[in-house]
Amino acid sequence: MARATRPTSRQPAARKSPARSNAPAAAAAAAAEPAIPNRERPAQPERYEASKEELLGFYQQMLLIRRFEERAGQLYGLGLIGGFCHLYIGQEAVAVGLQSALEAGKDSVITGYRDHGHMLAYGIDPKVIMAELTGRQAGISKGKGGSMHMFSVEHKFYGGHGIVGAQVSLGTGLAFKHKYEGDGGVCMAYFGDGAANQGQVYESLNMAELWKLPIIYVIENNQYAMGTSVARSSAEDQLYRRGESFRVPGIQVDGMDVLAVRGAAEEALAWVRAGKGPIVLELKTYRYRGHSMSDPAKYRTREEVQSVRDNSDPIEHAKKELEAMGVTEDALKEIEKEIRARVAEAADFAEQSPEPEGGELYTDVLVGQY
Amino acid sequence: MCWWGSIEMSIELKMPALSPTMEEGTLAKWLVKEGDTVKSGDILAEIETDKATMEFEAVDEGTITRILVAEGTDGVKVGTVIATIAGEGEDTATAPAEAAKAAESAPPAAAPAAEAAAPKKAESGTSKLASDKAAVTADPAIPAGTEMVKTTVREALRDAMAEEMRADGRVFVMGEEVAQYQGAYKVTQGLLDEFGDKRVIDTPITEYGFAGVGTGAAMGGLKPIVEFMTFNFAMQAIDHIINSAAKTNYMSGGQMRCPVVFRGPNGAASRVGAQHSQNYGPWYAAVPGLIVIAPYDAADAKGLLKAAIRTDDPVVFLENELLYGRSFEVPKIDDFVLPIGKARIVREGKDVTIVSYSIGVGLALEAAETLAGEGIEAEVIDLRTLRPLDRETVLRSLAKTNRMVVVEEGWPVCSISSEIMAIAMEEGFDDLDAPVLRVTNEDVPLPYAANLEKLALVDADRVVKAARQVCYK
Repeated sequence: MARATRPTSRQPAARKSPARSNAPAAAAAAAAEPAIPNRERPAQPERYEASKEELLGFYQQMLLIRRFEERAGQLYGLGLIGGFCHLYIGQEAVAVGLQSALEAGKDSVITGYRDHGHMLAYGIDPKVIMAELTGRQAGISKGKGGSMHMFSVEHKFYGGHGIVGAQVSLGTGLAFKHKYEGDGGVCMAYFGDGAANQGQVYESLNMAELWKLPIIYVIENNQYAMGTSVARSSAEDQLYRRGESFRVPGIQVDGMDVLAVRGAAEEALAWVRAGKGPIVLELKTYRYRGHSMSDPAKYRTREEVQSVRDNSDPIEHAKKELEAMGVTEDALKEIEKEIRARVAEAADFAEQSPEPEGGELYTDVLVGQY
Repeated sequence: MCWWGSIEMSIELKMPALSPTMEEGTLAKWLVKEGDTVKSGDILAEIETDKATMEFEAVDEGTITRILVAEGTDGVKVGTVIATIAGEGEDTATAPAEAAKAAESAPPAAAPAAEAAAPKKAESGTSKLASDKAAVTADPAIPAGTEMVKTTVREALRDAMAEEMRADGRVFVMGEEVAQYQGAYKVTQGLLDEFGDKRVIDTPITEYGFAGVGTGAAMGGLKPIVEFMTFNFAMQAIDHIINSAAKTNYMSGGQMRCPVVFRGPNGAASRVGAQHSQNYGPWYAAVPGLIVIAPYDAADAKGLLKAAIRTDDPVVFLENELLYGRSFEVPKIDDFVLPIGKARIVREGKDVTIVSYSIGVGLALEAAETLAGEGIEAEVIDLRTLRPLDRETVLRSLAKTNRMVVVEEGWPVCSISSEIMAIAMEEGFDDLDAPVLRVTNEDVPLPYAANLEKLALVDADRVVKAARQVCYK
């Protein structure tokens, strides 16, 4: 049974990511028979039929992430952001497409260190995110977490984790909580193709299926674990199959198409909310920038990156569809202007906010007084 | 191990030891009767201790001639002859009625000859560790006149969990063998029956994974108790304990809590070798953001585990297998919760302060008794919490006695002892009349051989010597 998502007829024919050309996923998947053929599996997701307003919303969110990340890159260059800073540019459709399907205040999200996009997609104020990147008191973690360690319990966004793969078992714990309390929530745990090789991912898949936990494991396959390509690191490079030995079904999705992503989210949520246990989504995507700001990305060619930008950019793709739906160029320009203003405001806020007081060093180590 | 000793015409079946530390047990049930023919692998009897029930299998073929210890007998010493068996062709004519009479009249300890004939049992080095010396000074947290109940450390821990689970629906227990098996060391005994499998959860053998699941559940707002079968196995999970649990509150600027308790036995067990015998107290106590508790007696085990479950901070709760079966007085108080971060003076004295924690406290109390006979009055401090450390109690005692010895069942380098010595140096220098000494395990992986194990582990004699030394006696 083929699990790979093929571009639908609605997609422009020219869109072909090197992701797919590198790994002929659809053909490989078609050849593989499931281990237990009569086991129930999720249906092949349909591309989401978005209204103009919905698609405009997705476009705005993706553009916000893009412009925010570009600005963060600039601030990093100016020395206003320190340490590690991992940008989400190129992957915007994943967080936006998936999280738009979640119910705010009910479903939880957890991810690794490349976390700015997921926070923005969950509606968290760009100002407090940017102020965290600059290490200011007004930052979402009072400047004590930084780019990789941000949380918003209010939004049910549980981080922001710096250890590759840790969020997978932590997310399984969040799903455990949803089931334990019967609150109807689902956890969406994101991790990369690199983390997909960590042992605790499989420990988690096992427990999640054993206990039928409501969790969607999202593999953001951006092709490179830092500088190591999937082909060089993964014996099974079709990562959506990684749950098979635990009977966790997987779906491969075009992660550069926000509506394909949203469609897959609908299918995955239906599966999980029906009490059928966990599911794996592999989102084939691409990061335009290096692994972190300090990565010159010598492990791939300029042409490869440029080809994705030219042919598969999720924002350009959505823009074309919006135009086809009758959204005027002026309207799109207006959106662009608004977003640039929001990002500029966030950057100003982040630059002008004071650093934490010295006394903040000793707060929040422990909750209790002993 | 062979429990069969051959004497004329018949083979003696002896009370087996189910673990290296078992001294006696209950002969719960006979599954054979006199005159039965048995073959290798047949189950003869069920033997129980406080932590396990085991089936006792036949090793050879033959006919049961006499049953010497009736079923239901408690306190049967390891090595006691419990039945005899005749091999093929041997005389099996002993009248069953006569044998039954013999069984009734034979008390468990009535086989000294057989015991003497048994192969010499190598004594573990831990036999000297597991003291059940109780505090001499009453805990000021317990009101005078409170009724006290003899309770094992194992039961006290279980009671603490059960009480907190009754009080708060968010509390649950997960770990390997905690539910259906009733706990690898029987600490969770009975919890499954009372709370069901939603709240008492058997996990696969997957420490990294379930430590992460517990930590994540705590981030989500639950109050997990994660049992490690031993803390040696928590090495697989230490990333979640340190990187995920301990740092969450700080990294989130105080908005995300992680109220998880990681608990299980820690420190040397008996004859289990290097990979199963280490004290992680100093490891975890080095990490800001964690609470680390290592109680000695049953009352502290109960009162501090309840406090650990209630606090909003992540706790590493280090128990000790050798203490599980020891009994101590536990106050009969409805909701007995002790403060985290407070040491306790378990014996008052004026000449020298002996600081310890966990199983070392028993050794310190034992040493104090010996020293009292020599005219040296030792004050013994049980740290109880390793992080945050109660510096005040330690320094106040030092100011009184001017001499200090630290006792630790663990390695000396970068240890709790090192830390106490540093504190004495930095903050108590003017009170010191002698250099602080530490008595710890030897700085080697714990060996298996009984004699080497004994050499490697701390004991009360070494504590006595060190105390004399700092007193210049």
